[in-house]
Amino acid sequence: MSLASNLEKETVPQAGVGTAEDTSIQAAPDIRVVGETYRTVGDYTSATPVIRTRNVDVFYGDNHAIQNVSLDVGKNEVISLIGPSGCGKSTFIRCLNRMNDTIESARVHGEILLDGEDIYSRRMDVVMLRARVGIVFQKPNPFPKSVYDNVAYGPRIHGLARHREELDKIVRTSLEKAGLWSEVKDRLEEPGTGLSGGQQQRLCIARTIAVSPEVILMDEPCSALDPIATAHIEDLIDELKKNYAIAIVTHSMQQAARVSQRTAYFHLGRLIEVGDTDQIFTNPQHELTEDYITGRFG
Amino acid sequence: MSSRPRGVKERVAEGIARRYRRERNFRLAGLGAVLVGMTFLGFFFYTLIGNGYTAFLQTHIRLDVELSADVIDPDGERDVQALGRADYQGVIRNALRARFPDVTSRNDLRELFALVSPGAGFELRSDVLSDPELVGEALSLWVVADDDVDMLIKGHIDRAADESQRRISDSQLGWIEQLEADGSVSRRFNHRFFTSGDSRDPEMAGIWSAVVGSFFMLLVTLALSFPIGVATAIYLEEFAPKNRWTDLIEVNINNLAAVPSIVFGLLGLALFINIFGLPRSAPVVGGLVLTLMTLPVVIIAARAALMSVPPSIREAALGVGASKMQTIFHHVMPLAMPGMLTGTIIGMARALGESAPLLMIGMVAFIVDVPESPLDPATALPVQVYLWADSPERAFVERTSAAILVLLAFLLVMNATAILLRKRYERRW
Repeated sequence: MSLASNLEKETVPQAGVGTAEDTSIQAAPDIRVVGETYRTVGDYTSATPVIRTRNVDVFYGDNHAIQNVSLDVGKNEVISLIGPSGCGKSTFIRCLNRMNDTIESARVHGEILLDGEDIYSRRMDVVMLRARVGIVFQKPNPFPKSVYDNVAYGPRIHGLARHREELDKIVRTSLEKAGLWSEVKDRLEEPGTGLSGGQQQRLCIARTIAVSPEVILMDEPCSALDPIATAHIEDLIDELKKNYAIAIVTHSMQQAARVSQRTAYFHLGRLIEVGDTDQIFTNPQHELTEDYITGRFG
Repeated sequence: MSSRPRGVKERVAEGIARRYRRERNFRLAGLGAVLVGMTFLGFFFYTLIGNGYTAFLQTHIRLDVELSADVIDPDGERDVQALGRADYQGVIRNALRARFPDVTSRNDLRELFALVSPGAGFELRSDVLSDPELVGEALSLWVVADDDVDMLIKGHIDRAADESQRRISDSQLGWIEQLEADGSVSRRFNHRFFTSGDSRDPEMAGIWSAVVGSFFMLLVTLALSFPIGVATAIYLEEFAPKNRWTDLIEVNINNLAAVPSIVFGLLGLALFINIFGLPRSAPVVGGLVLTLMTLPVVIIAARAALMSVPPSIREAALGVGASKMQTIFHHVMPLAMPGMLTGTIIGMARALGESAPLLMIGMVAFIVDVPESPLDPATALPVQVYLWADSPERAFVERTSAAILVLLAFLLVMNATAILLRKRYERRW
């Protein structure tokens, strides 16, 4: 065993030496140094914050997944979170409605305030929190129930509708806001899983809107969709920001540029830079941000 | 591509024949295994059906029975008590005497009377009790023949053998041949096999009490093992913290699924009968023991079903603000249900075929009456098979096989139900 690995070391050329010139994409430079402090470049606060996070650290067991992140999500704005894979963007937004609670090894430190209330305090009910901070996932995940029941589920469990007509109305307006009503109004009783991928994702958005949240978190909502369905969703996000605060994780910088007003760049668990989307994409202040948006790594 | 070393194509070509040969050999081995299995199964069914099908027919003898009022109801009361007391076997004996008037000696008469089952009188009695108008009439009745006659007619006793080598004497053989000659012997459908309980006389023995006993037992098992098993699975899978204690519990559950069933019988005997004082031979105790035996199977199947529900469904439900309980009962459970039901039915099928633990709690008793509640003494189908296989009479051989066939039919129905349920409720996501 040890002999074989020794041989291998001798015969195989050192990884990276021969290939570095061949590819323009490099591994992300590691800036994680134990004990080192860092400062986020740019203004992470918002004038009209709905969610304020201060000095958030997240651990998965021993893995320090998010380090000292502070970021606000403002009213009626879309903030996009970009960064290379594994940089903690998804982990961060999943903290905002405590979806990380389902992962047993996850621990969250720091302060996350929703309208001034600490969401990790004892007084905050997690069911209540998730009714106020909705989430749309990467993969469309409608319930294996009818289109109607998919949208009506949230209002039903929260008791938002007193009678059938009220529920019908919530379902209809939610589907309308999600831009899906005209496509499904004749097939409300058909299974939601029978819709196309893009329709399923809009159904999931409708399901989230139906409980009238204050904030909508979107975790790469378009990564499983084709360009047309993506365009649909992006239009929808534009429309939704009139009423909701939206935080969207995306791998597409074009998408971030199209839909968001502010952009936050994450790198290996750190929030490197925050700023207006225009500024981030045209005039990034941090070297890493510039490398990422110019496609030097990622 | 230019950097590709030369000779790669040749080397791949060398290996390809070997790879295909391996694949072919593996397929042939698989096919061979299936064929061997099918052969054994075919042989099993051939012997079972070959031995068992005759049990569904029973030899009957036609007799002209005179239900004279003087014998049956000498006082003319016509009430159930008086009618019930009469000697119906005597009536049948008289009919036999009338059929063979030249038989007079005591020994000959005893042999003559032995042609007809001792149960024939009971059947005539119940006929009369259900219809008292029959008294005073002369009937042409098909009465059930003794098991030895039945075996002779079915060819299991060699007529050419020496008298000392068979259970039918020469004179009996002569009478039977006379009866056969005028068409008074016939094989008819054996309804007793399905409607009566056990009996010392093979021709009167049936599986009904065993079927009812098994039914009560499975009812108790199902009513306990499904809810307890599913609840345990949900708790362990969804709520319990993952630590050393739950690991220990999981290991123990997996081990319990492999514990020999007779051990559960011993536990049932010690706990339910000796400590709790529940009645012996009762289906309720059998059901409790089988519940202990089935629970690990149900728990393991239910946990596997819960685990197979995609996490995206849970996240979706939690994401709209469903509580953990709502997530599980509204979304996870319905998706896991087919798997849970399949596991439960397979566990039930195993419980139905189990005999060893039932021997321990006294369900091996000779039970003639059909149980009316789970507290009545009863036996179970596999135990009935065991009892009959142990009996010396030749006629129990075919009944053993027939009872196994019935048991297999029940198992087949249960497994088919499991498959149907799975197909019916399986949903895509």
